[in-house]
Amino acid sequence: MDYTSDNLFAQMGQWLVAPENWSGERGIPMRILEHLGYTGLTMLIALAVAVPIGLYVGHTGKGRVVIVSGIGILRALPTLGMVFLFVLLAGLGLLPPIWALVLLAVPPVLSGVYAGIASVNRDTVDAARAMGMSEAQILFRVEVPNGLPVILGGVRAAVLQVVATVAVVAYINLGGLGVFLVEGTQLRDYGRLFGGAVVIGVVAIAVDLLMALVQKFAVSPGLRAGRAPVRTQDSGRQKAVASAQGGTT
Amino acid sequence: MTTETSSRSMGGAARRPMIELRGVTKTYPGGQTAVNNLSLDIDRGAITVLVGPSGCGKTTTMRMINRMVEPTSGAVLVDGEDIADRKASDLRRSMGYVMQSSGLMPHRTVLDNIATVPRLNGVPRKDARTRASELLEVVGLAPDLGRRYPAQLSGGQQQRVGVARALAADPPILLMDEPFSAVDPVVRQELQEELLRLQRDMAKTIVFVTHDIDEATILGDKVAVLNIGGVLAQYATPEEILRAPASDFVAGFVGRDRGFRHLSFQEGEGVRIHSIQTIEVDRLGDPDAAVTSPWTLAVDAGGRPQGWVPQNRRSAIRSAGDLVPGGSLYRRGDTLRRALDAALSAPSGLGVAVDDEGRVVGSVRAGEILELIEDARVSRGRANYNTAV
Repeated sequence: MDYTSDNLFAQMGQWLVAPENWSGERGIPMRILEHLGYTGLTMLIALAVAVPIGLYVGHTGKGRVVIVSGIGILRALPTLGMVFLFVLLAGLGLLPPIWALVLLAVPPVLSGVYAGIASVNRDTVDAARAMGMSEAQILFRVEVPNGLPVILGGVRAAVLQVVATVAVVAYINLGGLGVFLVEGTQLRDYGRLFGGAVVIGVVAIAVDLLMALVQKFAVSPGLRAGRAPVRTQDSGRQKAVASAQGGTT
Repeated sequence: MTTETSSRSMGGAARRPMIELRGVTKTYPGGQTAVNNLSLDIDRGAITVLVGPSGCGKTTTMRMINRMVEPTSGAVLVDGEDIADRKASDLRRSMGYVMQSSGLMPHRTVLDNIATVPRLNGVPRKDARTRASELLEVVGLAPDLGRRYPAQLSGGQQQRVGVARALAADPPILLMDEPFSAVDPVVRQELQEELLRLQRDMAKTIVFVTHDIDEATILGDKVAVLNIGGVLAQYATPEEILRAPASDFVAGFVGRDRGFRHLSFQEGEGVRIHSIQTIEVDRLGDPDAAVTSPWTLAVDAGGRPQGWVPQNRRSAIRSAGDLVPGGSLYRRGDTLRRALDAALSAPSGLGVAVDDEGRVVGSVRAGEILELIEDARVSRGRANYNTAV
């Protein structure tokens, strides 16, 4: 595209407002949809893998050492390298790069779920059991709702990482917002390169805000931190009892 | 065992105990024995307190009753049935459970916390909530607290909600694990009085764990004193434990003040009530309203005590604010402990006796109360040991 300025930021601005970039198969809206689609698919698989394991380990306390070291190993893997490794092993196509992204998303989800469940006050769990809740009822009616702030925190971190990293699939011609980075580099079109980066950033922030909103509505108001307990007057009968116990002359 | 002989002696006609522990032992994997061959009959409709120092296995004992802890050997019978044969969650739903740290679920409102067990039993949400708000009132909380979350309540209020939750499904048995030990002494006393008041109407079988012997003697119909390692040291009424500890351990655990605390079990009916000179607070400002005895009691228009007027300072006392504050009150019919405390805590040495409406009826004197105490002790000595001294 033809820019009217040599300034990188001016070029970026021109690229971002050019109408031809906002329509068609290769336009920004289409790329955003692809980008979010890959993110969603990655998260679905990551949640399906990590949530059950996290719930099990958090509730029973079994296998903590295994998942803690496993998470450490997963975190050390370079995602781009994994994308190429899976493509080499399994060939081109949708799923090989998605698996690489799943490996990126699993650690935060797994540690969030595990830590969320494990963080629930043991007295609360003990009381729930003593009242006659089954283990499944304890898990889903007590531990999950009370661990939700931490659990959703982990999911949110995973989504943010994936949204920012999905760009790598453009290297193997799967589209997404990464396309603008790859093309921008190859064509030395810096308006496109930086413009694409800005769009990825904006999408990531928007998704994160959406997640914050979900978190706000999903978490019970009883768990909101930093709220001072409100002391109220006890009822009249209580006072009557207190005064009946011995006043003074 | 003492428990077995005493239940036998009551004869076959006696009602079966609600809960029976039969040679129950709990040994943890590390080899540590928490409860050692414990047999205990827990009476129906009464408060049985398990008391002892840390490590005596009192909580473990209680948790074996609702299968939160499984005994290593021995059996626990409820209503004559071995609880090992019942599904643990069903068994637990038939027993209310109150713990030290309220254990309320932070993510649920107070009403929904109380409604937990009825909801587990399949009661529709609306009915369960209606019952929950009734229970709020039963435990002495304002109905609008039901919409709050546990974090918005004071410690005492949380414990009340914990009690309401335990009562929600109207279980015949209540298990209470040091429920009042985390609240301040004033609130603790309120909660104890409330529990006794509730128990008068409910007549539940209550198993109450505490490390506080005072609480045990106040609440218990029967008290089981446990020694380290889960050995039963004495199982008797609180009165008997204070009067005749079965061993040095029990005597030491009951403590130094046991002689004084035992007065709580002696009726104060025989205490002589003397007449007392009173002056109405409204007349304090009137210099012509003279006082003739060394200490005169100021009362309000309803005859309730307000404070003392020492004769030599009469001219300086013009209003209720100038009065010398008094001590505790002795309600007619209270125990000797209250009577003695009223006399000892009054600056005049005259314990103020009041009727049920709080109106002054006269004064009691420490010397006479001590004579009564001594007489009672002598006659007990005759009865128990056939000697007057």
